[in-house]
Amino acid sequence: MTARDLEPVVDIRDLRVTFATDGGDVAAVKGVSLQLQPGEVLAIVGESGSGKTVTARTVLGLLPETALTRGAVVLRSRDGGSTADVATLDGRDLRAVRGRDAAMVFQEPGSVLNPVYPVGWQIAEGLRAHGDVSKKEAREVAVDVLRRVGIPDPEERVDHYPHQFSGGQKQRIVIAQALALNAGVIIADEPTTALDVTVQAEILDLLRRCRDEFGASIVLITHNMGVVADLADRVAVMYQGELVETADVATLFADPQQEYTRTLLGSVPKLGQGAARARDRAARRPEGWADQPPVVAARDLRIVYPGRFRKPDFTAVDGVSFTIAPGEVLGLVGESGSGKSTIGRAIAGLTPVSGGSLTVLGTEVAGIKEKAFRPVRRRIGFVFQDPATSFNPLLTIADAVAEPLVVHGRAGDTDDARGRVDELLEAVQLPKAFGDRFPHELSGGQRQRASLARALALQPELLIADEPTSALDVSVQARVLELFDELQREFGFAALFISHDLAVVDLLADRIAVLHHGRLVEEGTGEQVLGAPQDPYTQRLLASLPVPDPAEQAQRRARWAALR
Amino acid sequence: MSRRRTWRSLPVVHQLRQSVGLQRGMLVTGLVLTGVLLLAAVFAPLLAPYGYGQLRDADGAFGAQQPPSGDHLLGTTVGGYDVLSRVIYGSRTAVFVIVVAIVLSIVAGVLLGLVSGYLGGWLDRVLVVVADAVYAFPSLLLAIVAAIVISGGQSSLVGGVLAAAISITVVFIPQYFRVVRAETVRIKSEAFVESARVVGTGTWRIMTRHVLRNATRSLPLIVTLNASEAILTLAGLGFLGFGIQPTAAAEWGFDLNRSISDVTSGIWWTSIFPGAAIVLTVLGLTLVGESLNDLADPRLRSRRRAADVPPPADVAVTPGGGLAAGTAAGPEGDLR
Repeated sequence: MTARDLEPVVDIRDLRVTFATDGGDVAAVKGVSLQLQPGEVLAIVGESGSGKTVTARTVLGLLPETALTRGAVVLRSRDGGSTADVATLDGRDLRAVRGRDAAMVFQEPGSVLNPVYPVGWQIAEGLRAHGDVSKKEAREVAVDVLRRVGIPDPEERVDHYPHQFSGGQKQRIVIAQALALNAGVIIADEPTTALDVTVQAEILDLLRRCRDEFGASIVLITHNMGVVADLADRVAVMYQGELVETADVATLFADPQQEYTRTLLGSVPKLGQGAARARDRAARRPEGWADQPPVVAARDLRIVYPGRFRKPDFTAVDGVSFTIAPGEVLGLVGESGSGKSTIGRAIAGLTPVSGGSLTVLGTEVAGIKEKAFRPVRRRIGFVFQDPATSFNPLLTIADAVAEPLVVHGRAGDTDDARGRVDELLEAVQLPKAFGDRFPHELSGGQRQRASLARALALQPELLIADEPTSALDVSVQARVLELFDELQREFGFAALFISHDLAVVDLLADRIAVLHHGRLVEEGTGEQVLGAPQDPYTQRLLASLPVPDPAEQAQRRARWAALR
Repeated sequence: MSRRRTWRSLPVVHQLRQSVGLQRGMLVTGLVLTGVLLLAAVFAPLLAPYGYGQLRDADGAFGAQQPPSGDHLLGTTVGGYDVLSRVIYGSRTAVFVIVVAIVLSIVAGVLLGLVSGYLGGWLDRVLVVVADAVYAFPSLLLAIVAAIVISGGQSSLVGGVLAAAISITVVFIPQYFRVVRAETVRIKSEAFVESARVVGTGTWRIMTRHVLRNATRSLPLIVTLNASEAILTLAGLGFLGFGIQPTAAAEWGFDLNRSISDVTSGIWWTSIFPGAAIVLTVLGLTLVGESLNDLADPRLRSRRRAADVPPPADVAVTPGGGLAAGTAAGPEGDLR
């Protein structure tokens, strides 16, 4: 190694970024200094609003006009020949640096690729922007780079359009775009958040190869500690625009120095935590519990979405059978498109049942009229995925929580129901005064707790929670899950808990059902499903799940590679 | 953060407070012009030296086509009316027609849009086809037909104004219908509407309590733009002779129509002033509408630059990471 190799490729010195917003100036990054060494994967972790994305984006000068940047971001080119302070560049100089010295991989591969151009053209566009290349050469490079990121038949697929690829393949193409220019630094902003767990493992593997085979340095922005443990060499923890702690990955996980880092790591749910809790609950069940009529019983349930424009119908749920006993929590796990949300919506009467039988609280739902189902509705609570959109923005929290009571005639109006609303808010650990606030004045976690309060307003016998924590930060998620568990014990409702995260489901559920392409592939207690999975899909799902422990994750990775 | 809604968050007032620079200039100009129009309409009897249909005073007849003088600041028309008085009283007719036309079209358009968008089905298809058919008509032609049907072409005091207003209403309903329907269709699939459905809320309650108020966000914008279009349609009707008789009310378009022959004979005051009144009114309303449009879109809205010195640390972010949409979505949200 020469001295030059030890110089950092990115050197961020005392970076400060301020945004002008309607609510006044907001300091997003407050004096951050970071170095990225050649051939290193630096993970920047933090919760939303911690400034991790803003910090990484300054490396490419990708901030909006409302941002004011202070400090220096020195970017060294791959051969070490030139350095540039990106914070002061603009126009042509900035464009020259982008792509050549540093490239970006975004969170949502579906919206990064332009739908009206073939992917090969889009890869070639970067080449054209940085030098005079003939069409033929550009195509050759595109084919080559597509092959190297693992797209099968690249000669043919180079002419395909983005919609002809799956989500994981699209992310591979976005990474190929970065590799085509042989960028020295790749900024990966939540590269796997929008992807399923099994696909995530493949993309992480590809990013690792980007470093090992292509010699790129990677800045990985993520909130997923499992991903960090899997890929990162060094970790920078950010909180509220400041750098809390920087350490290499083994040290950080084994011996975090700062209180915040410890809390963050402690909030990450781990597989196997829920087993003891589930056993405990099973032991407390009274005699004859299993003989009670189930709250939900599905037999050969089929749900079909009619195809549009002569396309074939889409079968979202195909012959699924399960039951939920009173007071029992069933965890429904699956990847996107597996039909897990559809089942939840069918139970709540939001999606019609196409075939088979679905009995909810003693009422057959298949083919039922809205009017006949309404009385059943009062006995069902529903918690939606995104707390930001599940509240009417023009109603106060008290109005929203009182709405079920008013609709079912338990109260005349919000004021009338206020006593009960206050009780409910207290049950979900929100101050009474929050009832007078509007949804946008609450944080995500607070909103999701208010959402729980609304779902519990009528003391339902069944609660359906559709990914209730996937839009929340880890530390907030931990609090909401804890609360959910407490409320479940207190009110004793049966619950269908839908999630893509095995660890989250494991924490809460008595039984776990795994869905794959609309079929139920495995069902059993947490210990059975997670401890000794029988179905190959469940095995693959479990092996793909990165755990927040670098040493253990390295072993799991080896096992995953063997399963593939 | 727990600020209740006050007068500051009313439409227009809110936008005025958040605007800066050129956008603010445009909005203020528009508001001033519109304000002058409203003041002239309200205080017309105090401001105008004569009545709109007055032909003589104590000194005898005014005389036709008199140039501006001490008695008649803006001269008199070919029919012998005082131009200044008719321009001022004309604002009354204009405001009256705007208000009636917009109230009628908003009520009908919003109701139809809401029902059509939320219920869907065959009703939705029929209404959309009808709205498209009305769109396809030249609006002035439609207004003329409506005016003839409503009043038989003969215009009296209220009848003339109503004829003009209703004919404008017919043209405008599809616009409100379209906007509200599109918003309703979007809001219908929002999680908070589904959450209301899960609770068992009735259809009518969902439509009025959850959908309606969220679907009316862009209405102030269309109202201002339509108001300016209403003035033009009214003036067009008047100019073509389907307007209001001079003895029933003052109407700028009618006065313009009567001044056609004057223009060639060098009599400028009979056409310039009613014409200027139309232009300024339309300009004022359009400026308000366009500014509201720009301000409603965060991408078009210009903001004050961030101060050079970063503010003290405690202003910035709420603790706990879960940032409220208002403050935090700013930086992170804009980037996505």
